[in-house]
Amino acid sequence: MKRRIFVKRTALGSLAGILGAEIVFGAYMPKNYDLLGLQDPDPFKMFGKDEEMKLLSSKPWNMEAVAHQLDDRITPNKYIFIRNNGQVPEDINEKEWTMTFDGESVIAPKTFTLDELKTKFPHYTYQLTLECGGNGRGEFNPPAKGNQWDIGAVYCASWTGVRLRDVLEAVGIKKDAVYIGYHAIDKHLSGDPTKEVISRGVPISKALQDETLLAFKMNGEDIPVAHGFPLRLVCGGWPASTSGKWINRVSVRNIIHDGEKMTGSSYKMPRYPIAPGAEVKNEDMYIIESMPVKSLITYPRSGAEITSGKKLNIRGHAWAGELEVSKVYYSINFGTTWSECILEKPANRLAWQHFKASIDFPGPGYYEIWARAVDAKGVSQPMLVPGWNPNGYLNNACHRIAIKMV
Amino acid sequence: MGKKEDFRDQIKSMRSIIIVFSISLILLVLLGTVIIMNPDLLSNGPEEVEIAGPEVNMDLEGDDWNKIENGIHVRTGLKDAEGLMAVVNNCTICHSAELVIQNRMDRERWITTIRWMQETQNLWNLGDNEEIILNYLVTNYPVINSGRRAPLTDIEWYTLNE
Repeated sequence: MKRRIFVKRTALGSLAGILGAEIVFGAYMPKNYDLLGLQDPDPFKMFGKDEEMKLLSSKPWNMEAVAHQLDDRITPNKYIFIRNNGQVPEDINEKEWTMTFDGESVIAPKTFTLDELKTKFPHYTYQLTLECGGNGRGEFNPPAKGNQWDIGAVYCASWTGVRLRDVLEAVGIKKDAVYIGYHAIDKHLSGDPTKEVISRGVPISKALQDETLLAFKMNGEDIPVAHGFPLRLVCGGWPASTSGKWINRVSVRNIIHDGEKMTGSSYKMPRYPIAPGAEVKNEDMYIIESMPVKSLITYPRSGAEITSGKKLNIRGHAWAGELEVSKVYYSINFGTTWSECILEKPANRLAWQHFKASIDFPGPGYYEIWARAVDAKGVSQPMLVPGWNPNGYLNNACHRIAIKMV
Repeated sequence: MGKKEDFRDQIKSMRSIIIVFSISLILLVLLGTVIIMNPDLLSNGPEEVEIAGPEVNMDLEGDDWNKIENGIHVRTGLKDAEGLMAVVNNCTICHSAELVIQNRMDRERWITTIRWMQETQNLWNLGDNEEIILNYLVTNYPVINSGRRAPLTDIEWYTLNE
């Protein structure tokens, strides 16, 4: 029995296959010997990440920032969260990379080389906020399924690329186009080459926005491999899963794209509020589009002890998906009273905005500073964790840090 | 420039890992075949067998692979309890144990998750192991009621001088 499994798995030749072998020969492993292929490479070194980032999972790789690491106006790679559904591709050939446009709603399928994309179309650079739809999932009660993100699955980097709209116009799309869906080269965790890892997309209206890019640079350099080298679709302000990494094909659809993680309950919310833990039928769910209003205090780091009588300067960022943030408030008395922060305009649409405030404290003691942003439509962040949903999406409860005046 | 080099280095190191790995795998298969063909090696053989050069000492009784330290299965981080190996052998082939450990669900929701993995992620039929795995999960990683908003915890206090 065991031998049969061994033979079958090694024939697969995948990492899973090799792990299969372990079960059989585990007893024969030499002392102090790690099978080389199974030694976890240091993910912080491998992906160029700061070692203070939180590793959530090593297969697939998932990693998030802590609040104070996100203090920069434009997030450097070392603090950018990693969210993978499958295996990071190892066999990327930039020189031979092609990008194909197909689907029911293209006039005729067309393929570009990466070089053609870069030379035929004008380049644009935007600061775009990307946040995982499940950022904050760890706070839902009862716990929701998936990576238990805290607050750090968000960042705002500067992306350079060509407008998807310009390329779609060159391809030629039919009037019945309603959605686009991306396809990429990453491999399924099970090693099954016939399974797509993730193939999501956006409605055609989002695809045609100025800021929706086929990007080949992040923060002025080649996109790091963990973030989609050599080509990434970037849809700022929407769940980061719509910004497909390692993409080589976009399908223009005359239906809502039905790729992997577009159907079922993935990236969907109940159409009506439900009780915590309740079940929701798939047909009662809608696909998440723009992310909700949210903010983060990135300075000081939580846990600061300050000499009583001194003012404390705080700062951070606020974002609201497709919308601009109109106000950010802070509270030092658990939400009883709120004071307004100084808020900057975004560098461009869909970039996060920076806020700051200078706070006086009434005396010694333990304080929490809460930040609460309000979007252009007057919608505010909640102070408690918002409506429970089965997959734990869209927790935009106000951020809190702890402070002691001593 | 730096990123490109980083990327090349990553590819290089991945390639060398794969090469070294394939060699180790071939060695393991050879060793396995030898052991299967000559089971006597195990019962009568010496404690240490030298193969493929002086550096590799094979201790056939070695149990480091599934070593338990302070109640934790070192290789995966899972708690040592009844059903551990069923979880290790069925749940950590495709994904890391961290995904199991992070998640806290009741029996029904674990079953839903298992069905989802079976329907969409190539998870096999778990047979009798399903009950063992479910018992392990709900016993060792039970749901904790965190209320509507938990207090701030794990605060590392430090002196801030501005």
